[in-house]
Amino acid sequence: MPTLVSHPDEVKVLSRRFGLGATNIDRYIELDGYKATRQAIEQGPDWIINTMKASGLRGRGGAGFPTGMKWSFVPKVSEKPKYVLINGDESEPGTCKDHLIFLNDPHAIIEGAMIAGLAIGAKTGFIYLRGEYRYLLNIMEKAVADAYAKGFLGKNIFGHDGVDFDIITQTGAGAYEVGEESALMESLEGKRGVPRIRPPFPAVVGLYGGPTVINNAETIANVSHILLMGGEAYAKLGTERNGGTRLFGISGHVERPGVYELPMGYSLRKAIYEVAGGIRGGKQLKAVVPGGSSCPVLRADEIDVGLDFDQMAKAGTMLGSGGIVVLDETVSIVEFALRTIRFYQHESCGWCIPCREGTDWIKKTLTRFHAGGGTKKDIDNVQYIAENMMGRTFCPLGDAAAMPTLGFIKKFRPEFEEYLAGKRVDHPLIHIQPFGETELAGAH
Amino acid sequence: MAAIQNTIFTPGTAARFDKLATIYPLKRSALVPMLLYAQDEVGYVSDAVVAEIAQRLDLLELDVRSVLSYYSMLRTQPAGKYNVQVCTNISCMLRGGFELLDHCKHTLGIGHKETTPDGLFSLEEVECIGACCWAPAAQVNYDFHDDLTPAKMDAVLDSYRARETK
Amino acid sequence: MPDVTFIVDGKTLTAPAGTLLLEACKSHGIEIPAFCYYPGLSLQAACRMCVVRIEKMPKLQTACTTPVAEGMVVITDSPEIAQARKATLQLLLGNHPLDCPVCDAGGECELQDMTFKYGAAESFYAEPKNHREEQKWSPVVYFDRPRCILCYRCVRMCGEGMDIFALGVQNRGSSSIIAPNVPPQLSGVVENGVELAQLDCEQCGMCIDACPVGALTSGTYRYKTRPWEMNHTATVCTHCGDGCKTTLGVRSVSDGTQILRGDNRDKSGINGDFLCNKGRYAFDFANNIERVTSPLLRKNGELVPASWEEVLTFAGTRLRDLRQERGPNSIGVIGSNRTTNEENYLLQKLARTVLGTNNIDHHRTADFVTLATSLQGTTGRFASQHDVATSPAILLVGGDPTNQAPLTAWNIRANVRLNKARLYIANHEEIKLRRQAKAFAPVAQFGYGAFIKSLAEDTDFSKLLHAEEKLIVLIGNELRGGELASLIKTLPNASFALLADYANSRGASDMGLLPDVLPGYQPLQGSTIASEYGAAGAPGLNSAGLDLLAMFDAAAAGKLSALYVVGSNPIQRYGIDPAALKSTFLIVQDLFLTETAALADVVFPAANLYEKSGSVTNSFGDLQLVSKAADKAGTRSDFEIIVRLANHMGHDIKALVPFGKGPSSLGTRADMGQTRGAASGEADRHAVWLTANNMEPRLSPFDPFAILDEIQRLVPGYDKLLRLQLLSGNDQHLAPASTGLVQITAARKDLVLPSADTLFSSGSLTRYSPMLQDVQRHQSTEAPSPLASAD
Ligand SMILES: Cc1cc2nc3c(=O)[nH]c(=O)nc-3n(C[C@H](O)[C@H](O)[C@H](O)COP(=O)(O)O)c2cc1C
Ligand code: SF4
Ligand code: FES
Repeated sequence: MPTLVSHPDEVKVLSRRFGLGATNIDRYIELDGYKATRQAIEQGPDWIINTMKASGLRGRGGAGFPTGMKWSFVPKVSEKPKYVLINGDESEPGTCKDHLIFLNDPHAIIEGAMIAGLAIGAKTGFIYLRGEYRYLLNIMEKAVADAYAKGFLGKNIFGHDGVDFDIITQTGAGAYEVGEESALMESLEGKRGVPRIRPPFPAVVGLYGGPTVINNAETIANVSHILLMGGEAYAKLGTERNGGTRLFGISGHVERPGVYELPMGYSLRKAIYEVAGGIRGGKQLKAVVPGGSSCPVLRADEIDVGLDFDQMAKAGTMLGSGGIVVLDETVSIVEFALRTIRFYQHESCGWCIPCREGTDWIKKTLTRFHAGGGTKKDIDNVQYIAENMMGRTFCPLGDAAAMPTLGFIKKFRPEFEEYLAGKRVDHPLIHIQPFGETELAGAH
Repeated sequence: MAAIQNTIFTPGTAARFDKLATIYPLKRSALVPMLLYAQDEVGYVSDAVVAEIAQRLDLLELDVRSVLSYYSMLRTQPAGKYNVQVCTNISCMLRGGFELLDHCKHTLGIGHKETTPDGLFSLEEVECIGACCWAPAAQVNYDFHDDLTPAKMDAVLDSYRARETK
Repeated sequence: MPDVTFIVDGKTLTAPAGTLLLEACKSHGIEIPAFCYYPGLSLQAACRMCVVRIEKMPKLQTACTTPVAEGMVVITDSPEIAQARKATLQLLLGNHPLDCPVCDAGGECELQDMTFKYGAAESFYAEPKNHREEQKWSPVVYFDRPRCILCYRCVRMCGEGMDIFALGVQNRGSSSIIAPNVPPQLSGVVENGVELAQLDCEQCGMCIDACPVGALTSGTYRYKTRPWEMNHTATVCTHCGDGCKTTLGVRSVSDGTQILRGDNRDKSGINGDFLCNKGRYAFDFANNIERVTSPLLRKNGELVPASWEEVLTFAGTRLRDLRQERGPNSIGVIGSNRTTNEENYLLQKLARTVLGTNNIDHHRTADFVTLATSLQGTTGRFASQHDVATSPAILLVGGDPTNQAPLTAWNIRANVRLNKARLYIANHEEIKLRRQAKAFAPVAQFGYGAFIKSLAEDTDFSKLLHAEEKLIVLIGNELRGGELASLIKTLPNASFALLADYANSRGASDMGLLPDVLPGYQPLQGSTIASEYGAAGAPGLNSAGLDLLAMFDAAAAGKLSALYVVGSNPIQRYGIDPAALKSTFLIVQDLFLTETAALADVVFPAANLYEKSGSVTNSFGDLQLVSKAADKAGTRSDFEIIVRLANHMGHDIKALVPFGKGPSSLGTRADMGQTRGAASGEADRHAVWLTANNMEPRLSPFDPFAILDEIQRLVPGYDKLLRLQLLSGNDQHLAPASTGLVQITAARKDLVLPSADTLFSSGSLTRYSPMLQDVQRHQSTEAPSPLASAD
């Protein structure tokens, strides 16, 4: 069972029910549960959307799009039914925050989905969990069943005539790309997880062709808290244009890895050295991947930056999914870069040429490089491939693979060069799977 | 939907599938979960599973295969009763994921995607399983095991072995 | 949609709003490269080759998915764009085998062309390429997986275009592969030397044409030659009544010119992208070693080879004698559905003016006479194949185009898919096109009469139909005679087409291979053509001759002295007792020693449709040029054989074929009517017509155009044809004249006998096509019908 950690600097909004038994619906109600939904029904869609806009909440799935604005893009009238879709595919390496929400506070997700539904006029919400999260799916399904039993879901919820909302849970079966919003819709429709051409955007043509709001599980879990505390109050917890708090997963070489709820804009340095207890075993910090594996790496001297979308962008990287991965001095960047690209190579859906072939060639080249067969030209080639993937792929996965690769090479080029000179970490653990092994259907 | 004659699934699963095919706006949406639940029951996605699910959802078998081959968790070959999935992705790697994988290879005597001769365990190196802050992590079937060391891993494996001798 | 104005590479362009940028550029001559984009199929944006720069957009955009918008400013070529394309190519080539020298697509490969253009030739990968063995998916489709660039054209072509869905994408990432619907447990399993499973599909090979590289190759062509070592001739497929253009790749061999490949890669012609299994592969009958390549003469009861001169002399003399002795009406002629219009016209002219009889017929597969007569007095109500692709509403009554008229089915599907056309189907079977239909009316077997009556009632189906303003009606060969006439009467605003079975079934009808109708559905008496033929002096031409079955009855009764059969196998097709022909002098002209030919006294080895020039008319009345692609030593065109036979009967050839300038009774002569006036009826009408149309007399009696001149002059409907259009390879929609046609009675026997061909059979040719045999053997779902091996 994942352990819960805490630190005095934490500001617990979203995580305030963690560890308090809120999976039990009665307990959840005791802890202010389902109040926000009732309020939302009474106040109506405009109030919800205005509150969300005021909160400055930005999507926690990675892109950081303002949630209130996203909801307001959904057309008021639509021939096809509208949907709310909760993205619980959580697959970005370094990220395990949604895991804790499903485990500790599933009703917050139900409430968030209902409120989003009220805001946009959807009567059905889908909660999509990655296939590996089976035990969390069970928790989620139990919570949904309990909510139905109480009359919180279904027809005439809370006794309000004509206010209906249904929730359907759905499971994936192992595919990172399915976390991308349009690929997720394809997957939910029983297809291969290949993204869709956009425009049209999901807010207009989404699931089953209907207007759809898709939000990350953490984003949605914030909603009921925001309605209860007021948009402005929530916004004030964070920084400008980056309202509220966020679950940051700090992993890797720190003394106290874990998921901490910190205000937006909190110092990265403090997060590592104070909140997470500093570098494990008193070693030196080498680098930080600040927001999940797709974010360009920061060197040890670049961590004096605030953890919000804008400051991170200014620092040349991204806040992403809030998964902070800390690397100490013992880490071989070559190896780390290889492990990173291996992931993206494995997870590329294969639809477009630059991503499918680019990730494959970077992986192949770095594998040989890592095994000791590299040349200086390989470094240039990898950089060339990555540069030519940037902005040219069908969906952002190509960028997600290219950005960290470029980051490693640009910031740690000398290390790659020294590696050639024989200064290599003897850690021959990253195997290239022979081609063909992945041939059989299902055998990835 | 016409009831499936001679289903290959247990009555419970068959009933669940009957229901699954009705809850979505489009029946096809049941495909991925059905494949996963079928695999849970049969051990893998066999040709018979493909055929029945295609029939249940009015799909071509080719369609079902195209979809199933996309998802890493679905397999078309049997695995061990306990499928040990060790994450070696970045957070786990930093905290000994590869060492853990090697340890499993060693103690189980099998490699990636192989099964022990007694059919009890199979081993798989997997991508991030969403347990990065409790790394290194592994899953045995759907159970998560966090903050592992080789010694803890041995205990985990033993606990599964113990289930069998009971 | 209204036009919008936008700027591409500094040029101001306009296009209807909503047009895809790539298409808009193409229509203005600006080419944007693309692998995955394919007109008419769904968009993919997968290959990223079509990237362009659009002002105000942060990233390069794909031109294949971007609709043009007012004021858009686009750059399609710049160093940045060229680099993006080059990098994409480099990535592709990293894994692409460089086996161009042995690849079927070498020289016709879009990847090669792009590499040439963007110069991505240097290879900087040290790793080995991913290699996989090639796979045989069926006798006609092979897949060389490493060459595949995953553009998904084949998958879409098969699914969206063909409505078959035999191909899918499996695995993901760099392991992604195009996968066939062969059950995995059967693929590659060989039993008794035969591979058990194959793609469960129509074997159309459309995936091969769509493939931009050499990943999908044709079982009949692969590794045979290089594209540039072939000559390519565009001509018309010989198999069904749809009249697809097929481009034949040919090569010289010791006994002529051999066909190696058929395809329609240039997407031109009446069929656009389309070609079916038969059009693509079933040219192989032409190369069959069983072809008859020498005239045969029966000596001592045996058919033995003899010289052309000997056989022609014998046959010509014999025919002349029999005509003399037993009268013109003791002779019968049976024509073909696969010979050209010129040959058909010539054959009936031979019958009527040389032999002097109306005893002429052919294997009829649709009742065109009723169609023509029922539409008399109206104009514009014959539907063309193009209408199938564009009409907003289509009613299909009877028939099964998917299996019998594949291009018609393709056009119906495309029209429904791309233009949202409304398809209505009435059929006694649940044919596959039902999947595209807006409404389906089940009809009882033989219940089409009742169905037609129901159209006058207030059913849901008839209400839908009567609400259509522009409806075309396609009619299977279940409907003919009175039923056909009443269906036409019931839908007074619709236009119509009959689905016939062979390349020139319509032409055979139009050209008067019928005992009661002259060319152009002209009556036996009173028409211009009748008077011109009558002038040739045969007295018995005023009344209808014997139809095909009556000829055999007459033969059995000992009343048929001679029968001349051209490209037809009635013995097999109509199950006729060979003994019926015991006392009839039989001349057969064919490719093979068919059941009918085997009974003959004289056999002439004929060229097939791919070995001659002329024109054919498809079921819809669309006329197209046939060009000679191949050649088989020893054979001659039916045209030439007919002319020579007439010559050996002692007939004046200029009277049969108006060629040359010298004097003759009916042929062209110098007197242009100046002396007595063209209107006097004695002038050389043909010469007058030629002059009036700025044409020169033809120099050879074997020139089919000499007869085409006459057809155009004498056959109403065909007078409308435009030479330049024909010669440029364009199809022209022709319809019979709207007045002056023959009158038919309700009692007229239509004698329509459907060929019952499937996708994998083509009358008598079936058994001479190794490919069709092979495909049939592998096909689990389509058992060949017992009738299939006869014309
Ligand atoms: C390759 C890729 C993978 C993604 N994976 C996830 C994911 O696992 N979970 C998630 O919530 N969002 C993921 N996203 C982001 C989603 O596309 C989408 O932006 C998000 O679900 C929107 O929700 P938000 O606005 O609440 O963040 C991914 C995006 C990409 C491009
Ligand atoms: S086989 Fe050809 S058409 Fe099909 S995806 Fe590959 S390259 Fe494209
Ligand atoms: S890296 Fe192993 S669980 Fe995320």
